[in-house]
Amino acid sequence: MSRYSAAGWAFAAPAMVMLSLFFFVPVLLAFALSLTDFDLYALANMDDLRFIGLGNYAELLQTPLFWKALGNTFYFVVVGVPLSIALSLGAALLLNGAASRLVGLFRTALFAPVVTTLVAVAVIWRYLLHTRYGMLNYGLERLGIDPVDWLGDPNWAMPAIILFAVWKNFGYNMVILLAGLQTIPNDLYEAARIDGANAWQRFLHVTLPGLGPMLLLVSILTMAGYFQLFAEPYVMTQGGPVESTVSVLYFMYEQGFKWWNLGFASAVAFILFVIMFAITAVQYRFAKARGVA
Amino acid sequence: MRLFFLVFLLLFGCTGRDDGREVVKFWAMGREGEVVAELIPEFERLHPGIRVELQQIPWSAAHEKLLTAYAGQVTPDIAQLGSSWVPELVALGALEPIDKIAAGSQTVRAEDYFTGIWGGNVINGRTWGVPWYADTRILFYRSDLLRQAGFAQVPDNWAGWLQAMRAIKQRGAARDYAIFLPINEYEPLLAFALQQPEPLLRGGGRYGNFTSPGFTRASEFYFDMFRQGLAPRATNTQISNIHDEFAKGHFAFIITGPWNIGEFKRRMPAERQDDWMTAPLPGPTGPGASIAGGSSLGVFARSKRKASAWKLIEYLSQPKVQLRFFELTGDLPPRRSAWNAPLLADDRYATAFRDQLERTRAPPAVPEWERIGQQIRIVSERAVAGQISPAQFRATLNADTDAMLEKRRWKLAREASQ
Repeated sequence: MSRYSAAGWAFAAPAMVMLSLFFFVPVLLAFALSLTDFDLYALANMDDLRFIGLGNYAELLQTPLFWKALGNTFYFVVVGVPLSIALSLGAALLLNGAASRLVGLFRTALFAPVVTTLVAVAVIWRYLLHTRYGMLNYGLERLGIDPVDWLGDPNWAMPAIILFAVWKNFGYNMVILLAGLQTIPNDLYEAARIDGANAWQRFLHVTLPGLGPMLLLVSILTMAGYFQLFAEPYVMTQGGPVESTVSVLYFMYEQGFKWWNLGFASAVAFILFVIMFAITAVQYRFAKARGVA
Repeated sequence: MRLFFLVFLLLFGCTGRDDGREVVKFWAMGREGEVVAELIPEFERLHPGIRVELQQIPWSAAHEKLLTAYAGQVTPDIAQLGSSWVPELVALGALEPIDKIAAGSQTVRAEDYFTGIWGGNVINGRTWGVPWYADTRILFYRSDLLRQAGFAQVPDNWAGWLQAMRAIKQRGAARDYAIFLPINEYEPLLAFALQQPEPLLRGGGRYGNFTSPGFTRASEFYFDMFRQGLAPRATNTQISNIHDEFAKGHFAFIITGPWNIGEFKRRMPAERQDDWMTAPLPGPTGPGASIAGGSSLGVFARSKRKASAWKLIEYLSQPKVQLRFFELTGDLPPRRSAWNAPLLADDRYATAFRDQLERTRAPPAVPEWERIGQQIRIVSERAVAGQISPAQFRATLNADTDAMLEKRRWKLAREASQ
């Protein structure tokens, strides 16, 4: 080992030790746990712990509620992530283009939901979404649309949760994209304009490529965050109605901390990890092929 | 300076607390935890050698906290236990049986307690907790609407009750209902099921028994109320304020618990105060049983101060202390002698509870019960929504329950072979 690499290892060592102690070891232990049927009985007496190999995983794949939770989570991600990014991008473009002195105010206002406490705003949203007295339905009624039972109707509960989550989170991506927009040199827009490109063409051929790396970052972060949907249904619907808002993480929480089936819950965590890892890898590949990463 | 302050705290903070009295750690939940603090000083005055260290825990975190405390070997000396947790803690071996000490007690006398409520604490032939307060579900109803529909009182059997509900539904407006059974609560269905002769689990708690004639009868009766349009297919989060809707007559019956006596007195408008009443649950052919619930006080096996912990239980079990507790919380005393006091005997809303408490049954005492109960809720909600048929509901429930009890069967088989 050369002196340089020894020094390199020495500098990296603290981080490596911390990482392995607080990440790799727990992850390995959790994986080991997922191969057992650790539950209340095992907690009482370790003799009651059985090594069941991939039994938890097999059982999980046969649990209808898990599939339902997975479906709900995908629904949330597939609708929520594009919606959230589109909204962030739209807001960032508006803020970037506006020459008003109120830009600062709007930026703060749109970012505010990100820094508010989720539980507190969820309570307010429950009022907004209320069937009979909620503001949202009041607005719909004005438009002549029948009231929607947002949190009580199995078909509408998830859209309501998506609406809430997007509102709560889009400000964060907006700030990142705004920073990205400001790094795109003005000359490019000027050149495009001289070449006769209209606003849409400029957006398509200058703004989007310029934002490429930012969009990749934002989509990976948002997707990872949205897959871990938990607090919104926990506070607003407790997974109901008819389990239409049970997410994978919510399912895991119930299994692990409510019923104390820690082996089974660890298996859920690993499946979620594998799914997220695979999707992120695909995303990264896609971005690499397009030359943005 | 901060160090000095810490040292100061260590030196004097500790000596201030260690006054030679024995410290009993007591965990109590939610409102009960707040209120019991007012009863402790009197206990400490009567027992100068004991100091009670009360820890108040919110209900939502209590169950997890008890299990975590067990895993970390830091259980308290005594704790308030929700009735459904007792089987779980017994399976863990976390509790100390109290049969012997209770047998010699002048205060805690099993025969004075309501049979079903006391019975919920008896598992494997031993007693693991002393009921602190009783909880059950009965009918709250609009007496004026019932009278207008031609009934002087609530019929005590299912057929008569259905008739009364149909009459109420017919008289009401199109969007009004006879009864509100929140489809995300399983307690009403459980109460009807407990009225049946067959147990909910068979084979000593090894298998589900949800295809029995009794459970079939109970669930059909329950689903019928939705099919006939007597009950809305709604969750309790959809109904913003049941007191308000009840006062407006959107429904005439609800099945709920003792805490709502106080709530209804407070929240029903003044002009409606004479228009509501409580009644015991109707049964298949006559007065029916309801769910035995509430909280018990249990002593933990790891406790080194069991004798002092028991003194606290005895104090809290005295009828006069229980009455004071009732005044403070509205929680119903679990023993008959406390109910003879005018405070309770003269309360016209409590009478039906007194009656019902003589007919309560506890759900099966297996640690898995709470999960099974949730499963009843999940699957019955699907059946009410029409996604599966009632027969599918019972078959699914049976299969799910059998799967949840697999570990228990394995453990029992292993214990039997040893």
